[in-house]
Amino acid sequence: MKQVKLMQGNEACVEGALYAGCRFYAGYPITPSTEIAEGCAVRMPQVGGRFIQMEDEIASCAAAIGASAAGTKSMTATSGPGFSLKQENLGYACLTEVPFVLVDVQRAGPSTGLPTSPSQGDMMQAKWGTHGDHPIIAIAPSTVEECYKLCVRCFNLSEKYRTPVLFMMDEIVGHLRESVELPEDGELEVIDRAAPADPKNAGPAYACPNGELVPVMAPFGQGQRYNITGLIHTDDGFPTNSNDIADSQVRRLIRKIEENRDDIITYEEKDLEDADTCIVCYGGTARSVYSAVETLRAEGKKVGIFRPITVWPFPEKELEAISGKVKRIVVAEHNDGQILLEVQRVVKDNCKVDFIGKINGTVITPDEIVAKVKEA
Amino acid sequence: MASKLIDKYFREAHLPHIWCPGCGHGVLMRDVAQAVENLGLDKDKVVLVSGIGCSSRAAGYMDFNTMHTTHGRALAFATGIKMAHPELEVIVIMGDGDASAIGGNHLIHAARRNIGITAIVFNNDIYGMTGGQYSPTTPYGEKGTTAPYGNIDRPFDIPKVAEAAGATYTARGTAYDARLTTKLIEEGIRHKGFSIIECASICPTYYGRKNKKGSAVDMYTWQKENSIPAAKAKDMTPEELEGKLVVGELSRSEFPELTEQYQKIIDKFQK
Repeated sequence: MKQVKLMQGNEACVEGALYAGCRFYAGYPITPSTEIAEGCAVRMPQVGGRFIQMEDEIASCAAAIGASAAGTKSMTATSGPGFSLKQENLGYACLTEVPFVLVDVQRAGPSTGLPTSPSQGDMMQAKWGTHGDHPIIAIAPSTVEECYKLCVRCFNLSEKYRTPVLFMMDEIVGHLRESVELPEDGELEVIDRAAPADPKNAGPAYACPNGELVPVMAPFGQGQRYNITGLIHTDDGFPTNSNDIADSQVRRLIRKIEENRDDIITYEEKDLEDADTCIVCYGGTARSVYSAVETLRAEGKKVGIFRPITVWPFPEKELEAISGKVKRIVVAEHNDGQILLEVQRVVKDNCKVDFIGKINGTVITPDEIVAKVKEA
Repeated sequence: MASKLIDKYFREAHLPHIWCPGCGHGVLMRDVAQAVENLGLDKDKVVLVSGIGCSSRAAGYMDFNTMHTTHGRALAFATGIKMAHPELEVIVIMGDGDASAIGGNHLIHAARRNIGITAIVFNNDIYGMTGGQYSPTTPYGEKGTTAPYGNIDRPFDIPKVAEAAGATYTARGTAYDARLTTKLIEEGIRHKGFSIIECASICPTYYGRKNKKGSAVDMYTWQKENSIPAAKAKDMTPEELEGKLVVGELSRSEFPELTEQYQKIIDKFQK
């Protein structure tokens, strides 16, 4: 008999992280993500892990990356203002290929905005917030159970591809309480980063022989003794000004995500078989969309849902296929049209694209979505 | 002796270093290696973390687990490493702007927590990597490219800032006095808790030229002639100490080390 527990989304995120093997959390208090820090403060020492409240958001991100460089799976969580502050070190982790999970429980912005109100206003920042060309993986949960299980997935992808993963929660799912069927030990896959069998005699840490895309390196302290730097670097991690290495290094980082899209991307398709209208939504917004589609279907409207679970990289192949079958796509998101841009880029002229968004800190209601779909 | 140190502690393939002729940083980097040698530390267990700037390039040359991080954040990265892995010996090398301007918040909080990290500040009183802008330690009245008419900010005394914030070991050495500086770094590493050793470096290229300090030799000579041992400085007035370098161990105090305290919390749950 499986254990079922009533949990808050932020609490489920903590438990998911622990399930995935996360044993270090560094954070700074910020609404609406604070319960993740509070949960980790309680839970980490219970499982032999460590929690630290850092002096600011930048330091929290840095500490999480430091802990991971020494081999401990780590996480930090924040919301909009803190997400902005963490961007420089996020890029550092991309280039240095240090895995960690950064949770953003999105709230209404810009600036301090509406700290306790829901938003999905950080979706483009997730992709482009840190400077320079770089790939990113971002995952958006729609239920409390997904806050748990997809957090495990964030860690797995982070470890597998040696890259930071963004867990793009929002105030809706973060503060929601729902029943979660807790996975048993061994039920969910848990991936640990690959390491050389003999670190003391391992080759250059960043070498990717035979066209491999993910370097295999030992954590600090095991005898490989390499350099990590945010400068463009040679295979042994030493800074270089070589334009050729700069090109091949950044392209490899992009390719390691792009060429593994099918492994990284997950999504949900619902009621699309006969649909002439597809609503594209993700994260907490999907909850209103489910309800709206139920109402519309009861009225005989042929409406379905496409929900990217992996938002970055964007599931463009899948959406393109849908856009060839339906007459209309309606994008619903809690911002002024961010993923809308990505949908328009992918769909082109295949079908009509409409949008419903909100930036006033209230949720998009099912009625509003129903009304939007009924607009000709 | 130096060649043996290079064999054992440096990534020879990446030498010579990028620092300008006469720069004090190479001497100070050697002092760090000598201190590790004197203590007989296991290289595999030493983590050297640095920020951004001239000083930070030391990490790439030294044959430890090395992490060249982002500007000002070295102590924050190091805190994550030490907290998650207290068994590692974590040494941080920062510059003056790195440690006390952009990284000032991390400096005072690492000191406040008394985490077992050894912080070494290569202080050349200037932003060298970017070409000679004034820093928080540029003396009052001195010039930088962004203080063309003389610096009107009061400089920080970094060890004093750290002591006030809770550092349990503070010291100052100089690039001139390698023997003293090595000993201070050694003591800092041996010290349980947060230790900071400010090492007065020289920047003949920017600071020296801008302020007409003469050659590198002149600048080392100035360090030699203006260093006052801490014990002697105790009996001197602030006026007498104006413009001098007070060197040696500056303060020492007792407070439980952070990771040991946290281990006690973990132990409560291990039955």
